[in-house]
Amino acid sequence: MRKKGFVFGLVLVLLFALSACNSKESSGGEKEKSGTDSKKSEKKVEIFSWWTGAGEEDGLKALIALFQDKHPDIQIENAAVAGGAGTNAKAVLASRMQGNDPPSTFQVHGGAELNEGWVAAGKMEPLNDLYEKEGWNDKFPKSLIEMVSKDGNIYSVPVNIHRGNVLWYNKHVFDENGLKAPTTFEEFFAVADKLKAKGITPLALGDKEPWTAVQIYENILLAELGTEAYGKLWTGDQSFKDEKVVKATETFKKMLSYINDDHASRNWQDASQLVAKGEAAMNIMGDWAKGYFVNDLKLAVNKDFGYITTPGTAGKFMVITDTFGLPKGIKNVEETKQFLSVLGSVEGQDAFNPLKGSIPARVDADVSKYDQYGKDTIEDFKTAELSPSLAHGSAAPEGFLTKANQAVNIFVSQKDVKQLTDSLAQAAEELK
Amino acid sequence: MEPVKVSKQSGTQVSVNLPKKKKKLNGDRLLAIAFLTPSIILAAIFIYGFIGWTGYVSLSKWNSLVPDFSFAGLKNYLFLFQDYRFQADIRNTIVFTVLFIGFVLIVGLFLAILLDQKLRGESLFRNIFFFPMAISFVVTGVAWQWLLNPSTGVNLFLKKFGLDSKWYTDITIIGGFHLGKIEFGIPVALLAVIIAAVWQMTGFSVAMYLAGLRGIPEELKEAARIDGASEFQVYRKVVIPMLAPITVSVVIIMAHISLKIFDLIYAMTGPGANFVTDVPGVYMFETTFRGNYYANGAAIAIIMLLSVAIFIIPYLIISRRGEK
Repeated sequence: MRKKGFVFGLVLVLLFALSACNSKESSGGEKEKSGTDSKKSEKKVEIFSWWTGAGEEDGLKALIALFQDKHPDIQIENAAVAGGAGTNAKAVLASRMQGNDPPSTFQVHGGAELNEGWVAAGKMEPLNDLYEKEGWNDKFPKSLIEMVSKDGNIYSVPVNIHRGNVLWYNKHVFDENGLKAPTTFEEFFAVADKLKAKGITPLALGDKEPWTAVQIYENILLAELGTEAYGKLWTGDQSFKDEKVVKATETFKKMLSYINDDHASRNWQDASQLVAKGEAAMNIMGDWAKGYFVNDLKLAVNKDFGYITTPGTAGKFMVITDTFGLPKGIKNVEETKQFLSVLGSVEGQDAFNPLKGSIPARVDADVSKYDQYGKDTIEDFKTAELSPSLAHGSAAPEGFLTKANQAVNIFVSQKDVKQLTDSLAQAAEELK
Repeated sequence: MEPVKVSKQSGTQVSVNLPKKKKKLNGDRLLAIAFLTPSIILAAIFIYGFIGWTGYVSLSKWNSLVPDFSFAGLKNYLFLFQDYRFQADIRNTIVFTVLFIGFVLIVGLFLAILLDQKLRGESLFRNIFFFPMAISFVVTGVAWQWLLNPSTGVNLFLKKFGLDSKWYTDITIIGGFHLGKIEFGIPVALLAVIIAAVWQMTGFSVAMYLAGLRGIPEELKEAARIDGASEFQVYRKVVIPMLAPITVSVVIIMAHISLKIFDLIYAMTGPGANFVTDVPGVYMFETTFRGNYYANGAAIAIIMLLSVAIFIIPYLIISRRGEK
């Protein structure tokens, strides 16, 4: 009897071990093989992205449905790899590109991630003829086209715009305490002191993944330096040892004294929840937070929560743009270009963006399809000065970003201003 | 009689003297070679070949998306040892390995001795202790992250008793003193990870020790008791010394797990604030696949390999001697 029990136990253990292995594999994230491999149709476009979350996945599906309507003869393979901010997807993409097995087209942030990464590595085809043919050169803002260009050639098609410099606040908390949304750092700290006195955490942060802290820091840098000098940081023309950078770092340090204690165990969604529940009053996050507030937490814009640009950045726009390009060495160049045409069309952008919660990259999209926040942002996008985001790989190459993430992670604990500016200055030497 | 001497003629090693055969190329041998060749070739390429390749990359300048194999010497290694994050990784690995193995041995031995008391339902307990072993480290990491999260889990319960634990977000370093660029000591946050790792791996040492305990002849213990040894002395002087080979095996197996640990930490805490829970595996992943510093990543991988080799190679040499 005892022996039987032990054998049974062993079998159980083995079964669990097997299932554990399985779950590990599937979360490891190579989904692309599970597509429609069986039908070997010549006309096939493989779209590689990390859009697997709520909203964004729906957006992608709507986009694919639209394409399928127009080109029923072309097969679409959705090769999405799960994982926040595309960290897993980027690793999978890197090994596929190096193994000369590129997807037909892939998601990449405009700016350095594209230009200093794949374009510099000589892996991308220019798309100037496509822009010419579709008449896109005046349909996207000039500075946005510059973000996806290198040496006069255009390398990708932007599909959406997210804004990275937004301060979200709990309206109930602000109304109850008679507070106004802060527009300058002075106002911000005045508001924060009042909230702190009431026992409410002024600023929610979840920096389990360090980019959230980097994002606040880049917002402050933009506010203190202005669009031009901020842009020069990433070309090596503006030193990180400059007194304005030091001042911005001091502001960042002061801001960190108003955050929740358990920031290191939270991700940005957890931090947004603090604001939603009223345990914290504000957080600084890209406008994907709006999608999280509205869709996941069922809050109403301008009723439960409000938004304003991060102090000191009114009229400035921190751009995070998802774009798709054309890798070298793929088979279905024509079909892929047809997909990119749909992606860059008004119809395509309006199919995708309302679901994803972002705004269209084109200036002539149908405003009525967007909510109030979207309408405001579309309006701002037309007039504001655009800046690339560091935290999302647009401002500087991934290598610099990795080092910046590390330096900021250390700074959040040690709060040593000189150490942060020194290590950033050292990392920036590679930028020249 | 000295009980220590008994352990040397340990009952577990059975050596049978087979009559020496002449090595002839008969059919059996040919077949054996034919079956072995593919796996030898595959191992040569995919294990040793790639180790060599990684070593080669670690000496190159390939630190971007564009492969650049020009020779950089030991630059990548020098960078690492001057790097704040890597110094923190070394501290964390040492602390993690020592405490993790220590607790696995002590708790494992204790539970095995309890299980060895011929109690009812022993197999049930054995399975319960062994069960966490079957779970993936990723699952363990996620589960313990929920349990120890400062704003959920056991902490809500502990708060009622006035204990406000920050667990794995705590950046305090116990007994810290300055060394290189970092504070050397025991990071509090790392203890949370050690708890999870010990929870998962103790079952293994329980199983090993239990097998060892069953292999000790009852007569030896009886003899010691007749000689007037107390029950505690029986264990200290007879049983535990005889378990030495098992302890060595457990240490070797746990050491290579803990030096290479990645999944548990990646799922549970990530690098942590101020890198209090970072380990070389996580750093290697981030630096290679996010930062595209391939040569730096390869250097970390080689250092990890060498640190495991320090444990494994002497073990292999000793066990080979044992076979002869």
